[in-house]
Amino acid sequence: MTYQWDFSPILARWPMLLDGLFNTVKIAVIAIILGVMVGLVLALLRLSPRRYLRLPSSVFVEFYRNTPPIVHFFWFFYALPVVLNISLDPLIAAVLALSTQSGAFYAEVFRGGIQSIERGQWEGAKALGMSHAQLMRRIILPQAATRMFAPFVERSFELVKTTALASTLAYGELLYRAMMVNSETFRPLEVYTTVALLYLVLLVSCSGLARLAEARLTAYR
Amino acid sequence: MQAETLSMPEPTRPAPILQVSGLHKWFGALHVLRGIDFSVEAGERIAIIGGSGSGKSTFLRCLNFMETPSSGRIALDGTPLGRTTAGKPDEVRYPESELCRVRERVGMVFQQFNLFPHMTVLENAMEGLVTVKRMKKGQARERALRELHKVGLGEKTDVYPGRLSGGQQQRVAIARALAMEPEILLFDEPTSSLDPELVGEVLRVIRQLAEEGRTMLLVTHELGFAYHFATKVIFLADGVFHEVGTPDEVLKHPGQERTRAFLDRFTEFSF
Repeated sequence: MTYQWDFSPILARWPMLLDGLFNTVKIAVIAIILGVMVGLVLALLRLSPRRYLRLPSSVFVEFYRNTPPIVHFFWFFYALPVVLNISLDPLIAAVLALSTQSGAFYAEVFRGGIQSIERGQWEGAKALGMSHAQLMRRIILPQAATRMFAPFVERSFELVKTTALASTLAYGELLYRAMMVNSETFRPLEVYTTVALLYLVLLVSCSGLARLAEARLTAYR
Repeated sequence: MQAETLSMPEPTRPAPILQVSGLHKWFGALHVLRGIDFSVEAGERIAIIGGSGSGKSTFLRCLNFMETPSSGRIALDGTPLGRTTAGKPDEVRYPESELCRVRERVGMVFQQFNLFPHMTVLENAMEGLVTVKRMKKGQARERALRELHKVGLGEKTDVYPGRLSGGQQQRVAIARALAMEPEILLFDEPTSSLDPELVGEVLRVIRQLAEEGRTMLLVTHELGFAYHFATKVIFLADGVFHEVGTPDEVLKHPGQERTRAFLDRFTEFSF
């Protein structure tokens, strides 16, 4: 017997899915921005010559790298009210979980990029009389940025897909909306196929933009 | 003529620009520089020779603090660099701001050029002027162009370093250092990573600078060039100055057995 595909009930609930897609993009963008800030701070701490700055940053990074993301979501949403009596809105809990976690990963991307710049570049800049801040801004970071770009994009794509976990906190992003559509239409195959296609379209267009940006960034090579 | 010269008052010996005393450098357990006392006067051109691992590059790199001396002091224009705490004269701290000022005055050209690949040739030569000396772009551009013309690269200003030959890259690096108008120029084996046919163009530029009377220190394996270039030659071995003298004294009539053995290895295959 062959399955009769029927997308019409899903198309009829199109606005719901679009709203979910919008929320997915929203939470991803916020988490990327916050994550980059967290990541930069962590990376600079991890590169510090001072142990008491390096250590907490390393602990933070290792913790997030070695625990499952869904646990972070649950902690922020379910554990904080119990332990500290802080109740968070699902959006805020999800953003916090995502940005701390991606911050830990971004930190490694940034650190790797900075450390990959050859010693000669640091010395060439120093020999001109540049301070540490000047050589970072003018020489190291611009070159590191081009090397960080690919792993940064990779990480951000992971983050966009991880936003689906926010559905477990009943936040109305794409997957959560899809579950609602499913419970109304009983068409799981069509619903989840549509969801996959929406993610695909979103991320493929993002990666097109990323390639353009990368080409401009590395034009000097 | 002779009498006239003799009747002139004895010129006062100029104070050294750079003075090094009791310089030691350790890398972990490795004692690389073992007590060096040394000074550079304006207009001197000093060639430093020695086998690999003798400490000659480390010595040069201590002079602009690419390496921090383990002990000893370096003085610029008679002022000792770094700060000491009362009661601990051996512990010298070097604040970044002070090192930056020293490096503005003591330029360096590296074996590996160390040009900034994300900037054009012109931007490379302007970078120190704009970022460190806070010079206006137009003025910096003018000076950078002047130095690029001097090294024969006035036509390559908008090219990225990756498109240049090693010899051209090294000449850009020299222009970049010159643009800062340093009082002393340090060359750390400037031709060692070049293909043999490109060595000449870089040495020609360095000789031109010598003719201008610039104060320079050169670590090199090009003994022939050192002979014609230098006013003083230093043979470094095991982290000390083994022999110091004029090019004739050190390279042609070395007094030390060790220097002779070193020079013999260089002439082994010449004909």
